[in-house]
Amino acid sequence: MKRLFLYRLAVVAGAIALLEIFCLTGVIDKITMQPPHLIARDLYRLLASGRMNGAIWKTSTNTLLALVLALGVGVVAAALLHRLRALRDTLDPLFATYYAVPVFAFYPFFIVVFGLGDLPQILIAFMLGVVAMIVNTLNGLDRVPPVLLKTGRIMRLTPIDTALRLTLPAAGPYILTGVKLAVAYAFIGIIGSEFILSRGGIGYEINFAYNNFDNATMYPLIVLILLASIAINTVLTRWEKTLLARRGAR
Amino acid sequence: MTTQVALSNVGKTFPASPTTAALHALGPIDLELQRGEFFAVVGPSGCGKSTLLEIIAGLTPATQGSVEFEGRRIAGEAPDSIGVVFQEDASLPWLDVTENVAFGLRRSKLAKDERDARVRDALRLVGLSDFATSYPAQLSGGMRQRVCIARTLVMQPRLILLDEPFGALDQQTRLLMGDELLLMWRATGATVFLITHALDEATMLADRIGVMSARPGRLIDVVETNWPRERDSRIVERSEFGAITARLWKTLREESLKTIGRAVPKPAADA
Repeated sequence: MKRLFLYRLAVVAGAIALLEIFCLTGVIDKITMQPPHLIARDLYRLLASGRMNGAIWKTSTNTLLALVLALGVGVVAAALLHRLRALRDTLDPLFATYYAVPVFAFYPFFIVVFGLGDLPQILIAFMLGVVAMIVNTLNGLDRVPPVLLKTGRIMRLTPIDTALRLTLPAAGPYILTGVKLAVAYAFIGIIGSEFILSRGGIGYEINFAYNNFDNATMYPLIVLILLASIAINTVLTRWEKTLLARRGAR
Repeated sequence: MTTQVALSNVGKTFPASPTTAALHALGPIDLELQRGEFFAVVGPSGCGKSTLLEIIAGLTPATQGSVEFEGRRIAGEAPDSIGVVFQEDASLPWLDVTENVAFGLRRSKLAKDERDARVRDALRLVGLSDFATSYPAQLSGGMRQRVCIARTLVMQPRLILLDEPFGALDQQTRLLMGDELLLMWRATGATVFLITHALDEATMLADRIGVMSARPGRLIDVVETNWPRERDSRIVERSEFGAITARLWKTLREESLKTIGRAVPKPAADA
């Protein structure tokens, strides 16, 4: 494991070093991209100045809200659909084709209905994440061994107890896969929406910097998003590994 | 002895579906289980043994007849004071052994001290005290099955239904688990209803053994072992052990041949 980690670190460090060399030697010109060491310096200055605190706060809270909504609605909807066979059979083909529909295409509609505030951005991120949650939770619930359901009946658990104490924990690893996807979709939804629907947030700031050739702001913000995504994904992956190890898998 | 479970004319027919015809799986069966006895059921594959157990447990409704537990009719819901141990591993992999065993007690109104004491006693009884904080994935198949037995025991059921609980274990482990089961049976005073396909296991453990016919499963013989209550796996050394097992096999052989679609051959002496 440690060796694998070192290999990964070497690959990332190598890529950064290569980029640094390309930038410093002029293979990549200054207008296109700054060398990585300058991006790191600018990121530090940006964060230290507090200039982006408002944007970071807005993006973080909206992402969190969309994620919480997607998780809550996704799990509850999946638990209900799992019990309502006919409704599930009706919706299954829609879930299968859902991600073929570009949710961002609905943004004019969202602006008309909800205005230019945070709500349409949160809704877009929610819409992107919720189906991943539903599909993965359903996948997990389908794999709950029937003997656990019989155990619940023998213990005379109520349907809610059965869901909370048996079926959802049993489906835990699949739900966590849904969470990982929902986190990614929530980020994409919020930051993407901020590009086109917003007057604030990290997405908006990146877009604003891009339009003004402000590389000293644009690249550090892109790196900031990258670091946040990697950090969250690392935490979730570690959690997933713990869960699976406890269950004797992987 | 008093009657604890009474099955009267019990039968089960699974209805036809678009792809299958209706299936008469079980019955009619009449049977009475006496309080505190150890009753085993043997029968050919597919004869409805597990269906019978699920009907008694209230997990599956009978399509004919009635089942009474302590004078109350069982109708579509698992009655209080009945515990079931299934053949499949029903341990909860996300909980440690202690949490697994305490699982059913969370809804009880017992004080925490009492709950903890029950869990400790159950773990001691199944020999898992040293594994209280282990997760099921860290245990062997036999130990996981003991976790499930302990989870049943903490509920202090008056009737314990066991559906081939040692089916997935090797012969030596099964014998030892049988000893533990007998210990638990005596310690709890509960009635035990055991489904098994192993004739020697049934002979070793039970006071009475019901033999079921090929599908639709009916009770075609009930054999009394007359073993003393204080017994263990060394009972296999007794001469009666072989005689009882042979009697079971004699009855069951014909039924098993029917199950696999073979004609029942005449005994050599008749030829």
